[in-house]
Amino acid sequence: MPTDLSRSAPPGEKTRFWNDPAKRALLFQVLLIGAILLFAGSLISNTLNNLEQRGITTGFDFLSQKAGFGIPLTLIEYNEASTYGTTFWVGLLNTLLVSVLGIIAATFLGFVMGVARLSDNWLIAKLSSVYIEIFRNIPLLLQIFFWYFAVLRTLPSPRQSIEFMSSFLNIRGLSMPAPVPESGFNLVIGAFVIGIVLTFVTSRWAHKRQDQTGQIFPMFWAGLGLIIGLPLVVFMLAGMPMHLDYPVLKGFNFRGGMTLIPELVALWLALTIYTAAFIAETVRAGILAVPKGQLEAAFALGLPKVRTLRLIVIPQAMRVIIPPLTSQYLNLAKNSSLAAAVAYPDLVAVFAGTTLNQTGQAVEIMSMTMAVYLTMSILTSVFMNWYNKRMSLIER
Amino acid sequence: MINEQQPTLPAPASTIGLVGWLRTNLFNTPVNSVATLVMLYLCYIWLTPIFDWVFISADWAGTTRESCTSGGACWVFITQRIDQFMYGFYPADETWRLDVTFLAFVALIAWLVWPNLPKKGLVAAFTLLVFPFIAFVLLSGGYFGLEHVETHKWGGLSLTLVLAVVGIVAALPLGILLALGRRSEMPIVRAMSVAYIEIWRGVPLITVLFMASVMLPLFLPEDMHFDKLLRALIGITMFQTAYMAEVIRGGLQAIPKGQYEAADALGLGYWQKMVMIILPQALKLMIPGVVNTFIALFKDTSLVLIIGLFDLLAIVQAAQNDPKWIGYATEGYVFVAFVFWIFCFGMSRYSQHLERMLHTGHGSRA
Repeated sequence: MPTDLSRSAPPGEKTRFWNDPAKRALLFQVLLIGAILLFAGSLISNTLNNLEQRGITTGFDFLSQKAGFGIPLTLIEYNEASTYGTTFWVGLLNTLLVSVLGIIAATFLGFVMGVARLSDNWLIAKLSSVYIEIFRNIPLLLQIFFWYFAVLRTLPSPRQSIEFMSSFLNIRGLSMPAPVPESGFNLVIGAFVIGIVLTFVTSRWAHKRQDQTGQIFPMFWAGLGLIIGLPLVVFMLAGMPMHLDYPVLKGFNFRGGMTLIPELVALWLALTIYTAAFIAETVRAGILAVPKGQLEAAFALGLPKVRTLRLIVIPQAMRVIIPPLTSQYLNLAKNSSLAAAVAYPDLVAVFAGTTLNQTGQAVEIMSMTMAVYLTMSILTSVFMNWYNKRMSLIER
Repeated sequence: MINEQQPTLPAPASTIGLVGWLRTNLFNTPVNSVATLVMLYLCYIWLTPIFDWVFISADWAGTTRESCTSGGACWVFITQRIDQFMYGFYPADETWRLDVTFLAFVALIAWLVWPNLPKKGLVAAFTLLVFPFIAFVLLSGGYFGLEHVETHKWGGLSLTLVLAVVGIVAALPLGILLALGRRSEMPIVRAMSVAYIEIWRGVPLITVLFMASVMLPLFLPEDMHFDKLLRALIGITMFQTAYMAEVIRGGLQAIPKGQYEAADALGLGYWQKMVMIILPQALKLMIPGVVNTFIALFKDTSLVLIIGLFDLLAIVQAAQNDPKWIGYATEGYVFVAFVFWIFCFGMSRYSQHLERMLHTGHGSRA
C-alpha cells in the first residue's frame, strides 16, 4: 500500500516518468549539469578566443618575471628587481598586517563599547549607543576617505611635525623611535618563555590545590609577575641590552626610527572604528543572552562581582559571542581590500591592481586573489565550527 | 478602627523628578559619579567645537568660496552643487524623470510599509515585476519621445539608489531559488547551490567588482558589449544573491516541520507547497533580514567608485578636487555621511520595529 496517495498511479496504468519524483529529480539534475557545462564551456571558449585576440598568453609564467615597480611598505625583502610572484607575497603580508592590527584594536574597542552600552550609568550607555549607531551606518569606504583625505592629508609637512614623546606626526605618517635589541637580549626572550611555562605550571597546580583544599591562589598576579616581571628583572640585570633608534629630520623627511605610513593609519583607524561598532552589538547581545537567574544564583552563592563575571557571565556569553565575532573578523579581513582606494599596498592594490595592469593576466591574477580570500573564509569557518562544537552546551 | 488604611505618602523627594533621575542614572555610586563627570567634561571639550563648526560659525548662504569667511563649515560647497550630488551628470532638463521615478518608488514602498493598507500583494507584485520596466524606460529614455540618457551620465545619489534597488530586487528571486536549492533533496542541485553561496560570500565585493569590470568582457563573445553600469549591476547582483540566499534559508528553516508535512499530506507538489504554504510564511520572517542585507548593500554601493562609476561618494570626492573648492573635503564627507546615515539608520530602525512586531508569534497582522 503506497503511503503517498497523490503520487501513486491509478491501477493498471504505468507511471509516466515525469510523474515519478525520483526520475524527474534525476532528469532535472542531468539537465542542470548539462546547462552548467554548456555555460562554462562557452565562457572558456570565449575567454580563450578573446585572450588570443588581444595577444595575452595564459599561464602562470608571469610570476617569475621582473616586476619593476616600487612598493612603499613591504614586510619582506622587495625591490624593483623582484618578481611578480614576490608582489603577491608582499601584498598578502600587508593584507594580513592591517587585518591583524585591525582585529586586535577592534576587539578591544568593541568589547569596551559593548559593555559600556549596558552600563548603568545613563550617560555612558547613551554615548556608546551614539557611537555604535553613527559608525555602523556610514559606509566604510567613506570613513577610510575621511581619515585619509580630511584628517591625515591635512597634517603639517615634516618640518612642522607635531611632536610628542620623541615621535613625529606629519603628512608622511607617524615616525616613532624603533627599539633595537643588542647582544644579550636573547636572555630576556628566554626569561619571557620561561615565565609563560612557569605560569602554565603554576596555574595547573593552583587548580589542583583549589579542587583539593578549596583555597584560591591569586593566579592573575602570579602570572603577571612571571610573564612581565621576570623578563623585566632579567632586562635590568643584563644591563638593558636595547637602545631606541630615534627618528631624525634630514632634508625633507625623517630618517631612522620606524614610520607608520598614513595609508596604513587611515585604513587601520577606519577598519577598527567601523568593525568595533558591530563587535559592540555582538558583545551586548552575548551578555544579554546570559539568563538573569545565573547572575542571581552566583550572587546568592556569595561570589564576588568580578568572580561572577569571570566564571559565570563571560564563559556563557562567549558561547553566543564567538561565532558572530569570528564573522566580524572575517569581514574586517575582507574589508581591508578597500585599501585600494587610498593606495595602501594590500593584496588587491598591489597584485590585483598594479600587477594586473602591467601584465594583463586578468584571469590568473583574479583567481589567485579570490582564492586567497576564499581560503581565509574556509579556514575561519572550519575553525569556527570546531570551536563551536567544543564550546557548545553539553546537555544531558 | 486601628487598621484603617493610612494615606499613601508621596515618594521621597530624592527618588522622583530630575534629582531622583540623576541619582539613579548618573550618580548612583561614587565610581559612577566620577565617570559621569569625566564623560561630561569629554563631551564638553569634543562636542562643543564640533557643534560650533557645524552650526554656529558655519556659512550657509552664498555662491562661491569667498562667502566662507567665518571659519566654520562651508556648506556653500554643498548647496552650490546639490544638483550634481543628487543627479550626477544627468541633463538638467530631464531630471524630472529621476524625480518622478523615485517619487513613484517611494509611494509604492510607503504603500507596502504602511500598516493596514489594502491589496499589499498586488502592489508588491507590481513593484517587483512591472515597476522596474517603467523605471528603466523613464531613466534611460529612448522610447515614447523621451531623450536617451547614456548610463555614464547617471550619477550621484540617484545612481546609488539605482544600484541598491536593482541589486536587491534582482537578488531576491535568485536568492529564493538558491536557498531552495540549498535545502533541496537533489544532491547535485544542493552541491551547486552551496558552492555558489560559499564562493561569493567568501570573497570581498571589491574583487567581484574588479572581476565584473576586468574579466566579464573576456567571458563574453567578442561582439557583445555591456556598459559599465550593467557590469557593476551584474557583479553586485551575483554577490548579493549569495547573502540573500542565506537570509532566506534562515526563514525557511524557521518554518515548523509540521507545515511541510501538512502540505505533503494535502498532496501538494513541490512548487505548490513552496509557493502557497512555505514561502509566504518564510517571507514574513525574512523581512528584517532582507532589510539588514539591504542596508549592507546600500553602504557597499559606494565601492563602485573604484571601478569608475560616479555614485554619491565618488561625485563628492571628485567635486572637492575642483580647484575652485579645494580644502572642503570635510564638508563633503560630512554631507555624504549624513545622507547615507539617514537612509541606513532609518532602515535599521524600521527593521527593529518589524522584529518587535513579528516577535509576538500569534495574532499575526495581514
